Amino acid sequence: MRAADPCALIRERFGLEPTGGPPHLGAEVTRDRWVEFARFAKHELGCHYFNFLTAVDWKEQGLEVLYRVENLEAPLDLTVRLKLGPGEPRCPSLTAVYRGADWMERECYDLLGVIFDGHPDLRRILLAQDWEGHPLRKDYQVDTPHAPYR
Amino acid sequence: MEVKPPIPQVPPANWKEFRDLQEWERYRQERAADDKHSNALTDIAETVHQFPGGWIVTASVEKALNWARKSSLWPVTFGLACCAIEMMATFASRFDVERFGMVPWASPRHADLMIVSGTVTIKMAPMLKRIYDQMADPKWVLSMGSCANSGGPFRDGYHVVKGVDRVVPVDMYVPGCPPTPEALMYGLLKLQEQVAEFQKTGSRPRPTPPGD
Repeated sequence: MRAADPCALIRERFGLEPTGGPPHLGAEVTRDRWVEFARFAKHELGCHYFNFLTAVDWKEQGLEVLYRVENLEAPLDLTVRLKLGPGEPRCPSLTAVYRGADWMERECYDLLGVIFDGHPDLRRILLAQDWEGHPLRKDYQVDTPHAPYR
Repeated sequence: MEVKPPIPQVPPANWKEFRDLQEWERYRQERAADDKHSNALTDIAETVHQFPGGWIVTASVEKALNWARKSSLWPVTFGLACCAIEMMATFASRFDVERFGMVPWASPRHADLMIVSGTVTIKMAPMLKRIYDQMADPKWVLSMGSCANSGGPFRDGYHVVKGVDRVVPVDMYVPGCPPTPEALMYGLLKLQEQVAEFQKTGSRPRPTPPGD
């Protein structure tokens, strides 16, 4: 499926100006429209391919979650960002829209400590289940001891 | 041939300051206790060793046993990372360590040697220790590559064990990133020399300088 003008559609539906130009678009959405935007991207822009989901730790400004979806038939990819705000680890889960977001969100929780509300099975995926802390956070101490092997 | 000191090497003078080294020392003592009680024949051999002239019997029997041990040093098939590729190349026909009696065996129960080939993560370390515990005494460990020796390029990471000697006692270190098959073969031959000097009875060679 090919959307006529994705920029115009985003402007019309969400009232925000997409960054970049076609076919590489970016958008920063608010928390309450996070899932809605994903549903819009999947069903109306035809971005069925969920490329990745990750997060960035901006220290004092808090975490920023972002994902990238692509329409493999039309040349279009979307990078959608959400600033969580300082000290806020909670974020709505996208698993209801994209099934592929399941493990990505588990990895994001494992390494960066973002808690996805509505995720069916939010466990650690890479590190041991009894690991303490989230190692890709900027405030994580790299030399945190893990008995008895360190 | 010169008698090699028993490994692992002597810890540094301030070893009590390091918690890791205390763990290591405990493993070393556990292993010594294992050595002492694992073989019922050891008691008989120790008794024979007490008789006048008994050392001739035990020494020659040990020599024969050690020849057998070193000529059939079976490594357990245990690859961890990219070093395992070099290890596989060493086992394959071009370098062919089977001519030294080393058959990679897919069971720790039948194996004498564990080649730790690659990065040991904190999540993997308990499994590595478990495989080591499943091996029957006498057993040897060869640490292959920078990662297994010291953590290598991942030493400053959050998830890597800084040297496999914090998990199991290591008998031979092969440096390299990864070591070439020639380097691994050199390490294996050096380990064979060490196995030839392996002693279960009588007085063991003391480390020089004497340790803690």
